[in-house]
Amino acid sequence: MTDHLLEVRDLSVRFHTAAGAVDAVKNVSWHLDRGETLAILGESGSGKSVSASAIMNLIDCPPGEVWKGEIIFEGRDLLKITAEEHRQLNGKRIAMIFQDPLSHLNPVYRVGWQIIETMTAHGRPAPAARQRALELIARVGIPDPEHAMTKFPHEFSGGQRQRLMIAMALMLKPDILIADEPTTALDVTIQAEVLALLRELQAETGMGLLLITHDLGVVAETADRVVVMNAGQVVETGTARQVYHNPQHPYTRKLIAAAPGKGEMRVGGSSRPPLLEARSVSKTYGDVPALKEANFTLHAGQTLAIVGESGSGKSTLARTILQLETPTGGEALWKGEDLFKMGRKQLFSLRRQMQMVFQDPTQSLNPRMSVFELISEAWAIHKDLVPKSQWRDRVADLLMQVGLHADHAQRYPHQFSGGQRQRIAIARALALEPELIVCDEAVSALDVSIQAQVIELLNRLRTELGIAFLFIAHDLPVVRDFADDVIVMQNGRIVEIGTARQIFNNPQQPYTRRLLAAGLEPDPDIQAARRKA
Amino acid sequence: MIETLSNADQASRTSPRLLPAVRMLWRDKFALAAAIFLLVAAGCAIFGHTFLSDAASSQNLRGRNSPPFSVEQGWLFILGADALGRPLLARIIVAARNTLMIAGGAVLCSMAVGAALGLVAGYTSKFVSQVIMRLADVIMSFPSLLLAVIVLYMLPPSVTNLVIVLAITRIPVYLRTTRAEVLEIRERMFVQAAKVMGASHLRIIFRHILPIVAPTLLTIATLDFAFVMLAESSLSFLGIGIQPPDITWGLMVSQGRPYLSTAWWLAFWPGLAIILTTLSLNLLSNWMRVALDPVQRWRLEGTSQNNSAETAND
Repeated sequence: MTDHLLEVRDLSVRFHTAAGAVDAVKNVSWHLDRGETLAILGESGSGKSVSASAIMNLIDCPPGEVWKGEIIFEGRDLLKITAEEHRQLNGKRIAMIFQDPLSHLNPVYRVGWQIIETMTAHGRPAPAARQRALELIARVGIPDPEHAMTKFPHEFSGGQRQRLMIAMALMLKPDILIADEPTTALDVTIQAEVLALLRELQAETGMGLLLITHDLGVVAETADRVVVMNAGQVVETGTARQVYHNPQHPYTRKLIAAAPGKGEMRVGGSSRPPLLEARSVSKTYGDVPALKEANFTLHAGQTLAIVGESGSGKSTLARTILQLETPTGGEALWKGEDLFKMGRKQLFSLRRQMQMVFQDPTQSLNPRMSVFELISEAWAIHKDLVPKSQWRDRVADLLMQVGLHADHAQRYPHQFSGGQRQRIAIARALALEPELIVCDEAVSALDVSIQAQVIELLNRLRTELGIAFLFIAHDLPVVRDFADDVIVMQNGRIVEIGTARQIFNNPQQPYTRRLLAAGLEPDPDIQAARRKA
Repeated sequence: MIETLSNADQASRTSPRLLPAVRMLWRDKFALAAAIFLLVAAGCAIFGHTFLSDAASSQNLRGRNSPPFSVEQGWLFILGADALGRPLLARIIVAARNTLMIAGGAVLCSMAVGAALGLVAGYTSKFVSQVIMRLADVIMSFPSLLLAVIVLYMLPPSVTNLVIVLAITRIPVYLRTTRAEVLEIRERMFVQAAKVMGASHLRIIFRHILPIVAPTLLTIATLDFAFVMLAESSLSFLGIGIQPPDITWGLMVSQGRPYLSTAWWLAFWPGLAIILTTLSLNLLSNWMRVALDPVQRWRLEGTSQNNSAETAND
């Protein structure tokens, strides 16, 4: 037999949908050795999670159908064994952790009980299980394990929940740990900690780690070998270094080229008149301050990025300025006039000058309106802008401007892909000919290659139309490429403001430095060098 | 995939708006049957009175409780005759008007008022919401039949009063559902996006929130239709609803109840009419929910469009 720990051979999975059979993966083969980290890299819809689901017997049949291939673990084909035998393996020999730990921990049970259950479910005595749980909770870095066991999942932060999930997965000392996008929902600093923890634990236990991710940085940080997947097929396999420095397949090359953070940084600072001045803008929810005395100036045509971790108040700042939240203090001067003191009429006419593009276009576009209705709604609200007879032509123009077709106007949002939908959202924002567009994590939900395209589009609009951007993001490489100036926020407070060059090349504040250090480079060599340092 | 889609687009653009709806109805045979049945029922309600009101009220004591499926006394007796020898078929057809008017009126009124109050309660300030919700609680905690008895005892029993009473007792159902949905929908991103564009409250409510709530309300309304029909019959049974010689299906059911063991058809046929009407409304509302939803509409359009397959062409 083979000497690999786990081997997938020619796996093909098909899903039978209302519209016919869809091949999720075709002839996928890879293997995982003991003590090794294998990353499966791919964008959404590439089928990267399907093979992991097949290993765990998590594919629903029907509609799914594994119609070809085998998965060899210890000389046995996992596709042929019974459900009962699968239960014996799952959790015990092969464990899995997921992207969103909150939805995979049961909210009504205490975490201690849930962690112990993994062991008792496999017939181990409860006292031993409890002992091991305490050890592991301490090992994954949760303070005061005794007390932590009695708490409920919602009492932990996102990073801690992921640590608990890892502890739970490791209870029975599995041979293989499958991590499906384990850090995607986490902040950069937390991500770095969790990945470091995974690496340490792997070194201690010698388990094989299968990491499913879309992030080149995560691959560079953790993986020994990479499998690149596209459209259900493996396009390239190799060591992480090989694949990054010498990609063979055009898709891999495209993917690596699309990774942000490599371009020339823009020269910050602007001499044009200020468009928006925030003076000690504050916002509290009840007694909780979300935004403390924020001051900044945005000039016409300038791109100002706001970076920070979740809960740092960056979205609150933007939403307060757009009056989606009522501010509790301060003033925001739009061309010299205070937005917070304006009457409704005056504010209404200013609305069209500042528009917003939201994070998730699936949610920000009304699913019951066609693209034409979505875009022309702006002119139905601001009636003097475009006469009704010209709506059709203007919508066509806007769609062309954002790189879509004029005849897309009759379709509905669900008929487009994520990237196309975000283009529609951008076209809608442009319909009012604004001077400022607030992008609230506008590219965070998109795949890398799509993200690059949308950034390129925004870049073009900036040069052609001279629009100013308030660009909220947690993804530092994107900000580095796109922004003129950068605001760094922490706990509702602005900790540092500077040009992109100042912030990225010469950060002054310790928090900024920590944030930058936690970001992952797509280059495995740089990442390895950083680990040593 | 894209070709078929744009072809469908063109087809819908060139043909008048009504035609695609008929075509979508044709594809769902259950909904089609339901629509035809409802049309027939509506026809009965409109024309039945003119042609059959004499036949429906002429007594024939020799033909008391005559069994169904015999045409000796004429085709009107195909469903049998009631305790006074009146032909059941004619009575059902004539009763359609009152029944549908009361049930339809009550359901439409309660839905309109309930949805409007629900939108206000969900969208405006907490105080207004609390006031409206407590009013709804009062109506809900008061037994609806008792309320109806009191009101109809004071007012003369008539179709209008019956509609008003029944509508009031059913308002909380729509109100609570609407409010709950509005509370969720108003936080959705596309409502925020509309706010950023400067959309007025009315636009947000009618253009963005109501279309999302509407399918739920429609479904409740069809279920409520049956409830209202039966509530009306119990009021009529107590003698404070519709008064004989006027008839409704519900009244016919309760009139036939004493004879259930000897002449089942007295209660069965009007009961069947109630069931079929409710079922048809249900099927039709189910179809409408799909037909009005752009995400689901392809199921009825016949182009085998796959939602996920299209994501590939970015």
